[in-house]
Amino acid sequence: MNTQSVMIAGKSFGSRLFTGTGKFGSAQLMEDALLASGTELVTVALKRVDTTNRQDDMLSYLAHPQFNLLPNTSGVRTAKEAVFAAQMAREALETNWLKLEIHPDPKYLLPDPIETLKAAEELVKLGFVVLPYIHADPVLCKRLEEVGVAAVMPLGAPIGTNKGLRTIDFLEIIIEQSRVPVVVDAGLGAPSHAAAAMELGADAVLVNTAIAVSDDPVRMAVAFKLAVEAGRLAYEARLAQPSVAAHASSPLTAFLDEL
Amino acid sequence: MSTTTWFDAHDWNTVQRDIQAVTPRQVERALGNTRRTLDDFKALISPAAQAYLEPMAQLSHQLTQKRFGKTIQLYAPLYLSNECQNICTYCAFSLDNKIVRKTLTDAEIGREADALKQLGYDHVLLVTGEANQTVGVPYLRNAIRLLQPHFAHISMEVQPLDQPEYEELIAEGLNTVLVYQETYHQETYKNHHPKGKKSNFAYRLDTPDRLGRAGVHKMGLGALLGLEDWRTDSFFTAAHLHHLERAYWQTKYSISFPRLRPIDLLQNDTITSKSFERCMTDRDLVQLICAYRLFNEEVELSLSTRETPRFRDHVLKLGVTSLSAGSKTNPGGYAVEPQSLEQFAISDERSPAEMVDVIRKQGYQPVWKDWDKTLAAL
Repeated sequence: MNTQSVMIAGKSFGSRLFTGTGKFGSAQLMEDALLASGTELVTVALKRVDTTNRQDDMLSYLAHPQFNLLPNTSGVRTAKEAVFAAQMAREALETNWLKLEIHPDPKYLLPDPIETLKAAEELVKLGFVVLPYIHADPVLCKRLEEVGVAAVMPLGAPIGTNKGLRTIDFLEIIIEQSRVPVVVDAGLGAPSHAAAAMELGADAVLVNTAIAVSDDPVRMAVAFKLAVEAGRLAYEARLAQPSVAAHASSPLTAFLDEL
Repeated sequence: MSTTTWFDAHDWNTVQRDIQAVTPRQVERALGNTRRTLDDFKALISPAAQAYLEPMAQLSHQLTQKRFGKTIQLYAPLYLSNECQNICTYCAFSLDNKIVRKTLTDAEIGREADALKQLGYDHVLLVTGEANQTVGVPYLRNAIRLLQPHFAHISMEVQPLDQPEYEELIAEGLNTVLVYQETYHQETYKNHHPKGKKSNFAYRLDTPDRLGRAGVHKMGLGALLGLEDWRTDSFFTAAHLHHLERAYWQTKYSISFPRLRPIDLLQNDTITSKSFERCMTDRDLVQLICAYRLFNEEVELSLSTRETPRFRDHVLKLGVTSLSAGSKTNPGGYAVEPQSLEQFAISDERSPAEMVDVIRKQGYQPVWKDWDKTLAAL
C-alpha cells in the first residue's frame, strides 16, 4: 500500500495534503498551485461560489477529476445555520462531504465547540460525511467521534496566522486517542510546520494561506507537498527519540556487570 | 459597559493634544509592537509618524495580505431616494437644496438592479436620505424583499433606526449596515446638522450599539473627513470600533474613509458648485489607512469612488479590502435617470470592467461574491 494515501469515510486520498481555495491572486494561480500540490481534497467556501450557477467561475477552475470538493460553512454562526447551509451545499455541489465550520467570532474565526458538536450530531444523522474544524481539544474530539464524524480537524494556531503548531501538546493527545483520522488545520505557515504535524502522526494537514499568499504559490505548493511526504515517511520510519542527556562512553554502572 | 461610557472616557481636546505631542520614539514603539493598542493608534496617526510612512505601508501591505489574501471585494451603491428632511451643510440632498426629488418605484428598483447585475455586481449598498414618510422602514423592507433574490449581499446606508426595526430588516436579508458618525466633535456636529432628526448627536452615536444588539452581521463606521481635525476624529472612530468589537463580538466591522467632495447646489435655477477646504492630503489618507490596518488586522477597509483613479490604484495594495466602481450617486443613475443630480461628484468614473482590469494587473483577484444568504438560513 502507498503509505502516502489516507482513508477517510471509506474513501482513499493519494495525498495527505488538503488545501483551501481562498486568498489567491487569481483563479488561474489557484488552479496551478493546487495541481502542483498533488492535493485530492479541496475545501470551498459556500459564500464564494454562486450556487445558482453551474458555470460558476471558481468551480470551473476546480473541475479536475483528482479534486474532490469539500464545501465549508464559513460564515455561519449557529448549528441551525450550519445545518441549513450544509443542505444547500450538498444540493449545489453534489457532495455529502462537509467541512463544518462554525465560528461566530468573525475577528479570530475561532470555532464554537458547543454549536459544532450540536451541528455535527444532526448532520451525521442527515447522512453527511462531517469533518469539523475545532480547537485542539481532546475531549471535544472524543465527543465528536462518538456522534460519528468522519475525521477531526483541530487547529495548529488561529486560522491564517502562519504561527505553526502552537497547540502541539493537545494535538499529541488527540492523535494518541483518536479512532478517526486527525487533520491538522489552520495556522500552518511553513512547510516545516506541516512536516512537524505529520511527524507527530497527524493523518493529514490542510493548508491555504501559506500557499495562496506566497510570492510563488506553485513553488510553495510543491514545497508543502514534499514536506508532508517527508513528515509522513519520518513518522512511519519511527523517528529516533531525542535524548535528554548525552550517552557516556564509560557508563557509571558498568561495574555491576563485571562481578 | 453602557453605550456612552467609552465616549466619555476620552476628551476631544486632550486626545488632540496627545496626538500632536507624540514623539518619534512612541511611533517606533507602536511599530515594534505585535499587538497594538489605542495609544499605539494615536502614535501611528500623529504628525510624528509621517516620517515612518514607508515602513507603515510595508507592514500594512503584509498584514492585509495575510488576512485577506490577494483579493479585493467589489460592491456598488444603489441610491433609492434623494428625499431628505435633514439639513447637512456638505450634502447635495440637504433639505435646503432645491433639487428635483426622486424616490424609486418598485419597477425602477428592478431596472436599476438589472443594470447592476449586468455589470457583474452581487453586493449592493442601498442608500437613501432621511425622509421617514416616504423612505421609512416599510419602504426599505420592500426594497430588500425585491432585491434579495438577485443579490448575494445586501448592505444599507440610510437614517439611523431603532433596534426592532433593524431586527426586522435583518430577518428580511439585510447583512450589513453602514452608519457614519460624520464627526465625533459635538459642537461641530451641531453646526453641520442644524435641522432634522439627524441633529440628535447622541441618537446617532448610539446607533452602532443598537445594530450590535440587533445582531447585524457586519457594520461599517467612519467619520466624514474634512469636517473636523481628521486625526482626532479618526481616534474616536478607532475607539468606537474598539468598544464595539468587545461588546458585539459576533459582528464583523468595516471602516470607510469618506473625504468631502464638491457638491452641486441649485439656487434660483442656477447650479453652483460648493467645495470644501481640503483638510486631508493624500499623504494623510495613506497614513490613516495604514494606521487602521496596523491597529486592527481584521477590520475591513473600504474605499469609494470619491478618490481619484491614481490614488485608488496605488492604495489598493496598502490595506484596503473593498472598492466600489462605476458608482452613481443619484437615484436611478444606472438605468432610470442617468442625468439627474448626484449626491456628490465622484472622482473615479471608470467602469467596473476597467476596475477589474486594474485589480488583475496588480496581481489581485476581484471578488464579486463573498456572502451567501443561505449562511444566514434565509
